[in-house]
Amino acid sequence: MSFRTDRQRVEGLGTAHDGVHHFWLQRVTALALVPLAILFVLPFAYNLGGDFDDMRAAYAHPINAIIAILFFGVMFRHLQLGLQVVIEDYVPGKAMRLTCLFLNIGFCWLFGLAAVFAIARIAFTA
Amino acid sequence: MADVNRGDRPLSPHLSVYRFQFTMLTSILHRITGMGLAVAAALVVWWFLALAIGEDYFELANAILTSTLGYIILIIALWGLSYHLCNGIRHLMWDIGKGFSLGAAYASAIAVFVGATVLTVLVIILAQGV
Repeated sequence: MSFRTDRQRVEGLGTAHDGVHHFWLQRVTALALVPLAILFVLPFAYNLGGDFDDMRAAYAHPINAIIAILFFGVMFRHLQLGLQVVIEDYVPGKAMRLTCLFLNIGFCWLFGLAAVFAIARIAFTA
Repeated sequence: MADVNRGDRPLSPHLSVYRFQFTMLTSILHRITGMGLAVAAALVVWWFLALAIGEDYFELANAILTSTLGYIILIIALWGLSYHLCNGIRHLMWDIGKGFSLGAAYASAIAVFVGATVLTVLVIILAQGV
């Protein structure tokens, strides 16, 4: 027999209060990153070593710019979910763990938005 | 009483209590590459910001990223990304219920190492403009 109330069973969120959202989003972003990582890394590796004007021209191209923005956006979301699990597994002490969890959110949003801003600025000003 | 010591309970995964196995290396490496790639991502984003800011700052960031040490870091990161990608696909296969037998787990573990190395070499060759 189940001890759960009807309402809890319908909501389906369990003790973590957000159901399988974290697990599911980690898988969805992982799947998206398979093509995105390859499509980002190849032109990046190919163009790297060029001078300022070459690199700006490369990332002013709509396809490169859109792929790069998509890659960094999805990748930092995936990174935030992954690092969160690592922190929850290994960082001892409530205060220390909470601090690391907050820093993780800050780090991923800061660098994720910085990447999107940088590439958009290159694309719009080149 | 239930709330006593809540934030300080023992943490997983107690690596030292298990006999070492090859498949556990793939799991540990997945986490290590994930954390390492966070650092590499920050470095590359910093380089993109420099490219967005202007030529003077770009020269500095680009000189660091394309130095010998920079390329060594990038190639290690490339292998880490390739590894994380291959092992990630292995995890996604497990998620849909495939490859759970002991033999399959060992075979896919070897395939991940081979795949990651092949992918790394392939990207380096393609980057030369062949």
